Amino acid sequence: MATDVQVKDIAIDIRSVSKLFGDFVALDKVSLGIRDNEFFTLLGPSGCGKTTLLRTIAGFEDVSAGEIVLYGKDIASLPPNKRPVNTVFQQYALFPHMDVMQNVKFGLLRQGVDEVEATKRVSEVLELVQLNQFANRLPSQMSGGQQQRVALARALAPKPKVLLLDEPLSALDLKLRQAVRLELQQIQNETGITFVFVTHDQEEALTMSDRIAVINDGQVQQVGTAEEIYEAPKNKFVADFIGETNLIDVKVKSVSGGKASCILPGGAAINCSAADGAKAGDGHLSIRPERVALVSPTKGTFVGTVTRQIYLGTDMHVDVQLDDSETVKVRVQNSKVAKIPEIGTKAGLNFDSDAARLLVD
Amino acid sequence: MASKKIDLRYFPGFLPLTYLCLFLLYAPLIIVLVYSFNDSVSITKWGGLSLRWYSDVFFGPEAPKFQTAAFNSLTIAVIAATVSTTIATLAATAMIRAGNFKGRSFGFVLINLPIMVPEIVTAVATLIFFSAIGFTTGYLTILIAHIVFCIPFAYLPIAARMQSIDNTYEQAALDLYATKFEAFKLVLLPLMAPGILSGFLLAFIISLDDFIITNFVKGAGIETLPTAIFGSVKRGIQPNIMAISTLLLLVSVVFVTLSYLVGRAGEKSK
Amino acid sequence: MAGAITNNSKSNSGIYAGSAHVLMLPSWLIIGFFLLIPVLLMLVYSFLTKEFRGGVIWEFSLDAYDQFFFYRGLFGDEPPVFEWTYVGIFWRSIWQAGAATIFCLIIGFPTAWFIAMRRGANKSVWLFLITIPYWVNLLIRTISMKFLIRDNGPLNEWLLWMGAINEPIHMINTNFAVQLGLFYSYLPFMVLPIYASVERYNFALSEAAADLYASHWETLRLIILPAVKPGIIAGCILVFVPSLGAFLAPDLLGGAKTFMIGSLIEEQFKGNAGNWPFGAAASMILLSMVLAMLTYYARQQSKEVS
Repeated sequence: MATDVQVKDIAIDIRSVSKLFGDFVALDKVSLGIRDNEFFTLLGPSGCGKTTLLRTIAGFEDVSAGEIVLYGKDIASLPPNKRPVNTVFQQYALFPHMDVMQNVKFGLLRQGVDEVEATKRVSEVLELVQLNQFANRLPSQMSGGQQQRVALARALAPKPKVLLLDEPLSALDLKLRQAVRLELQQIQNETGITFVFVTHDQEEALTMSDRIAVINDGQVQQVGTAEEIYEAPKNKFVADFIGETNLIDVKVKSVSGGKASCILPGGAAINCSAADGAKAGDGHLSIRPERVALVSPTKGTFVGTVTRQIYLGTDMHVDVQLDDSETVKVRVQNSKVAKIPEIGTKAGLNFDSDAARLLVD
Repeated sequence: MASKKIDLRYFPGFLPLTYLCLFLLYAPLIIVLVYSFNDSVSITKWGGLSLRWYSDVFFGPEAPKFQTAAFNSLTIAVIAATVSTTIATLAATAMIRAGNFKGRSFGFVLINLPIMVPEIVTAVATLIFFSAIGFTTGYLTILIAHIVFCIPFAYLPIAARMQSIDNTYEQAALDLYATKFEAFKLVLLPLMAPGILSGFLLAFIISLDDFIITNFVKGAGIETLPTAIFGSVKRGIQPNIMAISTLLLLVSVVFVTLSYLVGRAGEKSK
Repeated sequence: MAGAITNNSKSNSGIYAGSAHVLMLPSWLIIGFFLLIPVLLMLVYSFLTKEFRGGVIWEFSLDAYDQFFFYRGLFGDEPPVFEWTYVGIFWRSIWQAGAATIFCLIIGFPTAWFIAMRRGANKSVWLFLITIPYWVNLLIRTISMKFLIRDNGPLNEWLLWMGAINEPIHMINTNFAVQLGLFYSYLPFMVLPIYASVERYNFALSEAAADLYASHWETLRLIILPAVKPGIIAGCILVFVPSLGAFLAPDLLGGAKTFMIGSLIEEQFKGNAGNWPFGAAASMILLSMVLAMLTYYARQQSKEVS
């Protein structure tokens, strides 16, 4: 849990930062602790405020209220050129009139590093991104993937305390994106620099990050590892945004010690795990489709009618309409052995009590 | 062609009108060009090819007058274009890269004022102003009037270019520890170069071409090429005027070609 | 809550926000001092008393405007009578400029359309051809036109030689010559904005219209013209406004009967008339007309945007 971490382990401490654009609230009292040497991802739909948060850390946006503390020093009022953080821009923003060498050297020279030292450092980082032989190319003479690596090298060259990456993979095609993901993780490991990565792509976030902050409507919804966020979503938004889920309206009878007992719409009672802060009353239950087992009608806790089958290659997606009109999504592995009931026939559904999770509304 | 019947881009009659347009634009210029090589004292009778009127321009009795006028025109155009391009570049940086500041819309109106006010009105106002403050008319008054008049023309291509340059380049420079001035000098200005050059060329041509304002504020005893030519034409078109006109025409064509090539190079580097 | 909420966003205000006024200062000073103040001074001059052979006497007077509009003065013993001479010159200028604008539109629209429909390098060569004459000295273009259409100029010579006419057509010093000169001066101003509009026109709209049974010309009238209207209006203004105050075309191509505003004003300062307050008043009237037109246009533009 974030509260257990010592202050010295925190790279960036964001303390109730708000940002207004006119009447629009882009960030609403956001507090986050990003740890030293961590691959940290800000994940959310477009317009949720994740890029604005990144830009307040970089210094391109003033904060309307709050503090941004970088290794113990409040940097919220410093201009971008006085902050020891560097950015990899979404469209790279490589200076088109400078070659790769000049681009990567730019930050070093501005910091007052001498020419010889700077040239040495440039070859180091170009080595790191495997672009040594391209030092004299212009950005326009390189492919998208190469430009992306130049942007990375340019931001790494001044040895920033924190590297900010603003959807750096969004301009690449799928195959390249997957290769670059691994490369980014490797570089983060090798350099030991804290990475703050912005993306709207949940797969990217889940596969690369040490920890993820899910953001929506300018507020942090949940912070945790990929597993925590997927397996133990805190609220409806997180459960729905990350992966697929069944959201079921329930009456909550009691909540205690991370467990809850609820009444399903059909009247059946169920014990399940509960998110911190869940209360008795009306609530929502989240059950992942792959945690639901499809069984014969006689063996199922619930019984319904199969209304739809979608072939997904490795998986089959099945919709089962319960007798009380709720539809449950089920995902089963596509194997020749298991038989999937035909559309229109009855099917039984089973799930473990820990597969269901009561959410905070 | 069968495809023309269904070609929605094709309207009968548009092509002939386009050729008519080209003809109307070029016929008078080409005729003057041809007649400037006419070996005849009469301007209408054709007397064979010759360069006599070009030699007259450079060595004839009126040569000193036109040479002085050409010198005035060129030096005024170079200085006016340089000053107005500098002022326009600074103004464009404020208008496009400084967001919404107090006086922005007033600034926009002011920069475009020299285009909005009819040229003859600018001429009258400037003459009245200089005479009211007792400023002796001459080279300096022409120069000042040209600088004012050239600013919006230099501003147009410069502002257009700046608008097309994404400001993340400068943000990246700031992120890499450049000061604002360094971001301007090392990143924005080099990217702006084609726009600034076309602004300069446009201002230069505008200054070189100007007749009305110059005619009002020049005072006695000083001429630029257009006022000298006008004075001469008032006494009837002489063959040497055709030679001078052809020379000026060639200068213009060289300049427009240059700015066209610069503009294309700029497009490619984007 | 840490600290007060401030709402001055850096991205809204731009990178050089802090230096905005320093950057604007040179243009404000130069244009303010050498154009804005002179125009205001011209307004003052139009209410002063004339001095013979140029200049003014610093005494308030309505003589300039009185002379402009009334034959017998407003302040005499006899009742005032409206004076048509100067209003007539303005009216003729509007008419001439309007005719030139219509000529430009008739030739300019098809040209702009034709160029916009070219592809690749072809298009930029055509545009280049249309812009070259604009860069050629206006005085030289006007002289060329004067030379071409003289009674014994090349045009008449050729027409006679080809047998198309029996005696020279008299064109110089007519209204037509002035309109032709204005047309020739400002034609590129019509072509370029229309071209820019046509260039942005989404051609799928024409296809949709054709698909819904519109004929070729119906598509032009009902779909294309409304879509490129902003370009047409901009072109018309860019031709009409400078034509209204033009000096060279009416002076070199026209005669006494084609006297326009530009010549009237010029005569008060450079010519024999030498009446500065009257010239200033005529300039003010011209300026008000132009600014009214531009303001109306700007209003329409912002209405269409919102």
